[in-house]
Amino acid sequence: MAEPLLEMKNVSHVYVNDKGAALAVDQFSLTMQSGEFVSLVGPSGCGKTTVLSIIAGLLKPVAGEVKIDGKPVSQPSGEVGYMLQQDYLFPWRTIMENATIGLELTGKRSPEREKYVLRLLLEMGLGNHIHALPHQLSGGMRQRVALVRTLATEPNLLLLDEPFSALDYQTKMQLEDLVWQTLRDRNKTVLLVTHDIAEAIAMSDRVIVMGRNPGRIRHQVDIPEAIRETTPFHAREKSGFHELFHQIWKYLEESTSEGARP
Amino acid sequence: MNSPEYELYQGYLRQKRKERIAVMLTQFIIVIGLIAAWEFAGRMNKIDTLLFSYPSKILRLLYDRLLEGTLLNHVGVTLAETSVGFLLGTVCGTALAAAIWWFRFLSKVLDPFLVVLNSMPKVALGPLIIVAIGPNVVSVIATALAVTVIITTLVVHSSFREVDESYIKVVRIFGATRADVFRKVILPASFPTIVSTLKVNVGLAWIGVVVGEFLVSKQGLGYLIIYGFQVFNFTLVIGSLFIIAIAATLMYQAVAVLEKKLIGHRQN
Repeated sequence: MAEPLLEMKNVSHVYVNDKGAALAVDQFSLTMQSGEFVSLVGPSGCGKTTVLSIIAGLLKPVAGEVKIDGKPVSQPSGEVGYMLQQDYLFPWRTIMENATIGLELTGKRSPEREKYVLRLLLEMGLGNHIHALPHQLSGGMRQRVALVRTLATEPNLLLLDEPFSALDYQTKMQLEDLVWQTLRDRNKTVLLVTHDIAEAIAMSDRVIVMGRNPGRIRHQVDIPEAIRETTPFHAREKSGFHELFHQIWKYLEESTSEGARP
Repeated sequence: MNSPEYELYQGYLRQKRKERIAVMLTQFIIVIGLIAAWEFAGRMNKIDTLLFSYPSKILRLLYDRLLEGTLLNHVGVTLAETSVGFLLGTVCGTALAAAIWWFRFLSKVLDPFLVVLNSMPKVALGPLIIVAIGPNVVSVIATALAVTVIITTLVVHSSFREVDESYIKVVRIFGATRADVFRKVILPASFPTIVSTLKVNVGLAWIGVVVGEFLVSKQGLGYLIIYGFQVFNFTLVIGSLFIIAIAATLMYQAVAVLEKKLIGHRQN
């Protein structure tokens, strides 16, 4: 087997503030092969976002090691893409300027890269809005710009932190398909954090269920090929989807009650 | 021929226009009425014209001074001092806010001092500024700066801190340094606040400049007021006040137009 793209071993993180120290993530281990799509589901406060921040190099874990492509992560570098719950496009920058901010910051700006960004924007149906300002676009369009911004520096690993949660249902379904297809075509490795069990099953190859207090992996569920190979929209109609949904639902209920404070 | 919606819309517009005209007309009548009453009372000696003068006398004085060429000179000096004062206050305040944002330790150390300085009436520093700098234009500008700089620092710094962490996260992912975060996120995000402090500072700088001119100057509208007071020429005092009101309004409007130009296209 090839060397994994992401390797996390026994990663723990403690948040310290005026109130004290809280163990947010405990002994978290995860290995992801190149091209894999993994989802993290779990109750709020189970440390999902903390895990993403650690992988991105934004947070230094208290213990454990994180390696991407065999190299330990020490700080953010543009090698890892991160998509947030909301688009957070800069209101004073045009769509093109927003999409290329990563190139500016990583010093990767070049005519070829800009052409690549332009092509992505066209692919996402944003061709007519390149010089528009973010407030002129709908929520779905803005999140597509955020996806282009994330892809602009051509990271191999993408971290998606509930990127569809702020959208209305229809837009969310459309965007799930678009993101899934776009990332699959480019053979990106993706770690998705979500509250939505159906979304996790429909999009990923593997679902990891986390529990809280402290944040820990409880279960792993492999998604069968029939669902994996289908676009997220149609995956929801495949046989076996509902059984998986109920299984993960049960795991989540368990992990929520286990972690509940007495 | 016309749709009912069109008719309703036209009716709505007519109604609006009517109201606007009524408001303006009332305002006009108030102003004219007050001036006429003042003029009448002055000429009929119903009020003490030595203290309160009256409109035509004031206008005649201003006109004479204008012909002499001294009035424009005074106006020019005051306008220049105020402009320099409020621009300098905004720039220095923003720079100070940036320093405080950059060095968190500094921000914690300076916090109580800034609070004290902010609560203090800065024009009270006037005499100290004059002995420190000397009785000249620089002192007047320094007084205006003293009035504007602290509040600018506080307002701009709090706007720096209110920038959503997620915007910072967006650039940090790409390996942004602290300087990048400031240049690409914090400063442009706070730009509307900085421009709007310009507007507040126009008003504050007028206070600083007029007080400064009271204390030291041989030129400017503040000087005319204090001079008119000393020689008991209240026509001059009221005339200068009148010009200050016009100049300050025009300056404020100019900055408001500038603000619209700079950030009018921006919406969240």
